[in-house]
Amino acid sequence: MALSGIEIYKLLPQTNCKDCEFPTCLAFAMKLAAKQVELSACPHVSEESKARLAESAEPPVRLIEIKANGNSIQAGNEIALFRHEKTFYHKPGLFVRLRDDMESAALIGVVRAVDAYRVGYVGMDLTVDGFAVEACRGDKEAFAETVASVRQNTRRPLILMSRDAAMIAAGLRAIDGENPLLYAADETNWEAMTELAAEHKAPLAVVAPTLEGLADLTQKAKDKGVMDLVIDPAARDFSESLARATQIRRLAIKHNFRPLGFPLIAFPGECDDLVKEAMLAAQAIAKYAGFIVLDHFSAEAFYPLLALRENIYTDPQKPIQVQPGLYEFNNPTPESPVLVTTNFSITYFSVANEVESSGMPAWLVVADAEGMSVLTAWAAGKFDAERIAKDVKRFEVAGKVTRRRIVLPGQVAVLSGELEEELPDWEVKVGPREAVDLPAYMKQVLL
Amino acid sequence: MPIEIPKDKWPGKIRTVTLGATSEQGGSRGKTVTLGGASTLPFMNFEAPMPHPPQIAFELRDRRPDDWSAVVLDVWGGAADDPAVWARAAEEQGADLLQLSLSLTNAQGNPTTPQMAVAATRKVLESSSLPLMVYGPGQAEADNELLVAVAEATKGERLALGICEDKNYRTIVAAALANDHLVVARAPMDVNLSKQLNILITDMGLPPDRILMDPTCGALGYGIEYGYSVMERLRLAALQGDSMTQNPMTVSVGFESWKTKEAKVGADVPSAWGEWTERGIQWETLTAVTLLEAGADLVILRHPESLRRVRLAIQDLASIAQAA
Repeated sequence: MALSGIEIYKLLPQTNCKDCEFPTCLAFAMKLAAKQVELSACPHVSEESKARLAESAEPPVRLIEIKANGNSIQAGNEIALFRHEKTFYHKPGLFVRLRDDMESAALIGVVRAVDAYRVGYVGMDLTVDGFAVEACRGDKEAFAETVASVRQNTRRPLILMSRDAAMIAAGLRAIDGENPLLYAADETNWEAMTELAAEHKAPLAVVAPTLEGLADLTQKAKDKGVMDLVIDPAARDFSESLARATQIRRLAIKHNFRPLGFPLIAFPGECDDLVKEAMLAAQAIAKYAGFIVLDHFSAEAFYPLLALRENIYTDPQKPIQVQPGLYEFNNPTPESPVLVTTNFSITYFSVANEVESSGMPAWLVVADAEGMSVLTAWAAGKFDAERIAKDVKRFEVAGKVTRRRIVLPGQVAVLSGELEEELPDWEVKVGPREAVDLPAYMKQVLL
Repeated sequence: MPIEIPKDKWPGKIRTVTLGATSEQGGSRGKTVTLGGASTLPFMNFEAPMPHPPQIAFELRDRRPDDWSAVVLDVWGGAADDPAVWARAAEEQGADLLQLSLSLTNAQGNPTTPQMAVAATRKVLESSSLPLMVYGPGQAEADNELLVAVAEATKGERLALGICEDKNYRTIVAAALANDHLVVARAPMDVNLSKQLNILITDMGLPPDRILMDPTCGALGYGIEYGYSVMERLRLAALQGDSMTQNPMTVSVGFESWKTKEAKVGADVPSAWGEWTERGIQWETLTAVTLLEAGADLVILRHPESLRRVRLAIQDLASIAQAA
């Protein structure tokens, strides 16, 4: 955790020499705490203080990257326990596990299906991040072949899974030059696994059922020069997973406890009832996982999980906006009505969802209301008749329709008179207050 | 190296709110349901056990809701034609309580009368022993007219009447006060408005332990992050000691999830959305689990399979001991 100004002050020479061009050491410390100045501006600071200050500048949860020939996925660098405190930065990677005892054609089938999966959401293409390949047969050649075969069918980052370092080494040979995540070092194999991780510059997962065991392993790995670590607290149910993830995140962020300052990895598929897998993955997304390995791929589960991940990792200070413009629904014709709303994402998607599900063709003017909802924007003067009329002209709506009907959101019915003045050759109507009532309104009023 | 587990200690606590009244208590319910009582963040059992784990309600309608997703209507089948049959089926499917939504009009398009609303409520009360929440159609005038009649006809049952909003709460609160019921207070995803509404309602004399807060949740993919963070903030404020945020939270997960296109529509959607029924259930289930993590004390669902799954998650979260 970052040090406070006072804590930094204690590490400075406290001579008030002004060589940093600040009047006092305390003033300089405050600027350092606010990250408005570099420590190098002080020529007299001791080496020990430098080291401590550098450490305090490190993120409380280390950034870890799994790399595969140009493709990579990052997790970590988090600084908050709750997304409203700041934001969550690195979306947890979603991986699908494959085992080397799977029949080859079936395995390739899964790899190709997952690799090709993409689903559109809020104008983005969401995809699965990578694969975990697990050695189950105890046969190094078979594992290496499986890893090679996975690599032939996807370019996405990999996690290699075995407690046997020799097995992991065989897998690494099959993807020479990559930096997959190695899973996992435990209290018996940690030396060999750490050596492999150091040799291949690969991030290493450590697994232990207690916090002490985890901290002990990360410390041992760090002593061997392996800094890129991932933590598996070995909890598999909802309750223990949540408790462990919360405790580790708190220790890292609130207590600056370095030995547990690493992203977590979760295995929702290792539960007693498979119906829990997606729910455990949802919990892992909300509560602090950095990498999530699922055992079963289905569009029905992955689409909501990918969408949830976008939602939870949206910056609360910057609500998603949609591009202002003229949107088409259900193949509108020049006879179709023109609806109006704002470019706040929830507003837009609520309206778009209803208009689309109504099955009725319509045009939708998404006015530039600076990303605010209808009422908020209206109250802030960002969604008035003038602005709506301006956007109707800017998007050349009049050229698209012969029957000039424009429908205002019911919450801004008060604007209808002014809009009639702004758009004299249009018929201005007032729609429902809530998007959910749009289909009924469209069917009754706009036919 | 021994590590001290960081445990939060909070000055505040969530109020307990009890719905339903048994015959000894002046009602006719077979049991009561108590929500709230938590003294720390959700499911932090290593700090303090959750005295009343989250509960699950099914949403029913007074008549077959033609605007509901076919996935949900199909699973309830003919039961959805009759609130009495529906209520019995919902109880059999394992709900802890029921939430009856009154429609604005009957099947013929005529306005729902107070007599019709009372009759539907009575049917549900007679065919199920579970505590009940009754929501009006969502238009102030109709809500007030119907809920007052329902409140008077069911005096003493400790129903939760909804939905109170800042523009329309007085009549519903007065009806709850006069007839020994509770209210549901809904604010649009805003910590201060939630708090403000609780203050307005308690100012009318309704004890705070008869108020459930509905912070408005938003479905997965459609604003759940706003609801999620508002709920986390409300829960943190409550634990920090802000009395007017200490009410248990209820969320209409079924309503929000099943109106999304993903859950509602089966035809002409991208193949990457997968199979319709399972997708809808996942949408409802994952929305519910995510909001439980943020502090929901009551989730109102629509699909029986969602209830079965969410129940598994709650049982695990609330009951399994955690290493500390």
